[in-house]
Amino acid sequence: MKKWLLNWRLFSLFSVMALLLAGCGKPFLSTLQPAGEVADMQYSLMLLSTAIMVLVIIVVTIIFVYVVVRFRQRKGEEKKIPKQVEGSHKLEIIWTVIPILLLIILAVPTVSATFKLADVKPMNKEKRNKDIVVVNVRANLYWWEFEYPDYGIITSQDLVVPTNERVYFNLKASDVKHSFWIPAVGGKMDTNVDNKNQFWLEFDQKATDKAGGIFYGKCAELCGPSHALMDFKVKPLPREEFDQWVEKMKNAKPVVTDSVAKEGEAIFNKSCIGCHAVSPVDKRPEQARTAPNLANFGDRTRIAGILEHNEENLKKWLKDPNSVKPGNKMAGTYGNLTDAQINALTKYLMSLKVE
Amino acid sequence: MSTVARKKSLIWDYLTTVDHKKIAILYLIAGGFFFLVGGLEALFIRIQLAKPNNDFLVGGLYNQVLTMHGTTMIFLAAMPLVFAMMNAVVPIQIGARDVAFPFLNALGFWLFFFGGVFLNLSWFLGGAPDAGWTSYASLSLESPGHGIDFYVLGLQISGFGTLIGGINFLVTIINMRAPGMTYMRMPMFTWATFVTSALILFAFPPLTVGLIFMMMDRLFGGNFYNPAGGGNTIIWEHLFWIFGHPEVYILVLPAFGIFSEIFATFSKKRLFGYSSMVFATVLIGFLGFMVWAHHMFTVGMGPIANAIFAVATMAIAVPTGIKIFNWLFTMWGGNIRFTTPMLYAVAFIPSFVMGGVTGVMNAAAAADYQYHDSYFVVAHFHYVIVGGVVFALLAGAHYWWPKMFGKMLNETLGKITFWLFFTGFHLTFFIQHFLGLMGMPRRVFTYLPGQGFETGNLISTVGAFFMAAATIVLLVNVVITTAKGQKAEADAWGDGRTLEWAVASPPPEYNFAQTPLVRGLDAFWIEKMEGKKGLTPAEPLGDIHMPNSSILPFVISLGLFIAAFGFMYRTEHSWGLAVGIIGLLITLGSMFLRSVIDDHGFHIHKEEVLEAEKGVKA
Repeated sequence: MKKWLLNWRLFSLFSVMALLLAGCGKPFLSTLQPAGEVADMQYSLMLLSTAIMVLVIIVVTIIFVYVVVRFRQRKGEEKKIPKQVEGSHKLEIIWTVIPILLLIILAVPTVSATFKLADVKPMNKEKRNKDIVVVNVRANLYWWEFEYPDYGIITSQDLVVPTNERVYFNLKASDVKHSFWIPAVGGKMDTNVDNKNQFWLEFDQKATDKAGGIFYGKCAELCGPSHALMDFKVKPLPREEFDQWVEKMKNAKPVVTDSVAKEGEAIFNKSCIGCHAVSPVDKRPEQARTAPNLANFGDRTRIAGILEHNEENLKKWLKDPNSVKPGNKMAGTYGNLTDAQINALTKYLMSLKVE
Repeated sequence: MSTVARKKSLIWDYLTTVDHKKIAILYLIAGGFFFLVGGLEALFIRIQLAKPNNDFLVGGLYNQVLTMHGTTMIFLAAMPLVFAMMNAVVPIQIGARDVAFPFLNALGFWLFFFGGVFLNLSWFLGGAPDAGWTSYASLSLESPGHGIDFYVLGLQISGFGTLIGGINFLVTIINMRAPGMTYMRMPMFTWATFVTSALILFAFPPLTVGLIFMMMDRLFGGNFYNPAGGGNTIIWEHLFWIFGHPEVYILVLPAFGIFSEIFATFSKKRLFGYSSMVFATVLIGFLGFMVWAHHMFTVGMGPIANAIFAVATMAIAVPTGIKIFNWLFTMWGGNIRFTTPMLYAVAFIPSFVMGGVTGVMNAAAAADYQYHDSYFVVAHFHYVIVGGVVFALLAGAHYWWPKMFGKMLNETLGKITFWLFFTGFHLTFFIQHFLGLMGMPRRVFTYLPGQGFETGNLISTVGAFFMAAATIVLLVNVVITTAKGQKAEADAWGDGRTLEWAVASPPPEYNFAQTPLVRGLDAFWIEKMEGKKGLTPAEPLGDIHMPNSSILPFVISLGLFIAAFGFMYRTEHSWGLAVGIIGLLITLGSMFLRSVIDDHGFHIHKEEVLEAEKGVKA
């Protein structure tokens, strides 16, 4: 019996320690450090449901521990036959009614939040307010495209949004099903191949500062070998800075001065441009946009969504994409490049900047 | 025909048996084997995730392992092990000599077995399925190679087996109960089996439909799930979960049944609130069909559907809560003996409550947008399935082992198994709730350093090794017990309440020399309390009619197994189509033989029964 109690004590001690070690996760990634209206709403719902559930666990645990300690077989009582009780209507009514009440307490805010989060009317108005930012998210095997239909610009991998206002999203996938998730900012929504989903998120300025200016986004639906590596980044900016960024994007053109980079541009225009655009204004239909738009590649935070943004990693990625992201669609489409060619391409790609 | 003359080689005996007790052993061995395979796959997953950027199992191969872990554990380990318990116990619990359709019972096993073998052969034939156990349509249609075909055809074959088994138990429980065994006197495990069988009857057909659509799409150029051809991938998600959610209850209701028996036996008390337990079981089974879309809150069904399914899901917590409290009050005032099965039962309560409350948290649709497809969900369903179903199967195996094999498993080793498994289980899965909340998606083959996932994953991996150690101790226990275990009495634990403890361990082929008369709930306990040694017979001693064994169930299933290979390789090998047709002919031919051959079974004569019964008493 003592062993049993000891084990339980050790177990709870261990879990508390583990929690302390882990903390609440990272501010740029954790749902436990909500960074916007949606995540806030969901976080309060989590807290409410956890509180109710902890209450249930406490009640069960108290009865459980009492029963198991008090009614265990003692020495010399092996033959004792306890009273055979059929049941108790009073008790049964109690433990039916109380859970129902607890669930109602949880159900009401759940339903209300579910409707609030689905409110996408402003983006679907016949003539939508010019100030509202709408982003078309298109998920592809291991990369994300972000199109701003009202501004006519396209970017990929790094989503740029204004802070402290609701941003609306159209979500779809172009190959298999993915799911669009920025844990710190709000729950996920699937990008289906059959239809367009819509939802909204709000990015809080203070939380953005706390997270270091960048949030991590993830694909949350198994989509193939590199599902784990289908990350993207979110750069929320104050509204004026966002507007400036949009203007810069609208007018962005590759400016190549360096001679090595010029060489790279030649290589790029020979083998890469068929899929990758280098201007944010890409008028091709989405079926033709089979690879990420690279207009602001030099400003990105990551190579291929995961590696640190430096020339060395870019070379690694260009040399053998499958060693970075198994199963990606770029590997094998441009033959073998020499080290010199890769150097030139790297110089060129790193020079693609709008900022 | 005499008993002696029917002695055959052991293997042929098991290949042809229609005896529910032997089929139970077949299910136990096959299910146990697949449990080890699935467990090994789980270990590989945990090794890969032990540290960030690990390269033990990368990308596509990892996806194959995670798919096969889930598929194997649900369809090839948990389901057959549940069927093992049902076969070993239910006919005896209701005072019957066998199930209603012994031939179908054998057919159900062999279909499951060949389906499982087919699915696992994918490892050696070009790669296993890699789209997750849910095999969502857009990904599974894109998947190259034959992995998904193995999934579709293997599950199709083993699914037939399950459906047949479910129908068989429904009919058995409705028709074969001993005199006096009214519905409200049936042991709780029998009730659970009854409701589970009804769930199987309604839940497996949607899966079959979904699998047939997918088979058409992948092998025969169909367009059911191809949006470009007018199809829709979300239909698969609905069909899968209309099956998949009841499947959870198909597994967990028998687990509840097993624990109900164990709580009553080792508290020496009748089950508290028996009628409300029955009511709760039926209600859970019913509500289980109303909630499937809570697996799809993020699919974009809109707030109305999400809200309805959220509230319906929360409602299931009520009957489940009723059960938890009834179990607690079964122990209340009892005389609790901590045997190995009882340890599992006691540990099940806090473990399963954890899984249940996180289930309610998941039901809150708006918050589920955060939990969905994260490690929080992984933690939740492992608490339900391991903390509920696996605990129950381990408890049931220890509890009924003496009844199935006539020998007691070693209690010391059993308790060591329990403590290792219990510790390992919580160590592995508790921390995963927090990994999910901290932003870790599920089904990822790796994670990058610096995102706060390192400690949690390492703890989780350590826990998995505890469970592996527990499994090894269990295997050692089985070997030692088989070699030199202590012989079990009829009432092996001394506190048996239901009919299975009134017959010898292991029971004779015909179970009951005379069909018993049941005089109340816990029929055997009633007789014991009145100082009687045996049951009150409901009929005079006479010849017992038994079914003949048959190799046909094996051959029917083998035919489908061959056909599946043929059709799968139809397009790339010229022999494919021919082999497919030959396989189908084998199956249809055996079915034809079964229909035209008159099989009247045989009789065990009164004298032989008397002889056998004397042997037991001596």
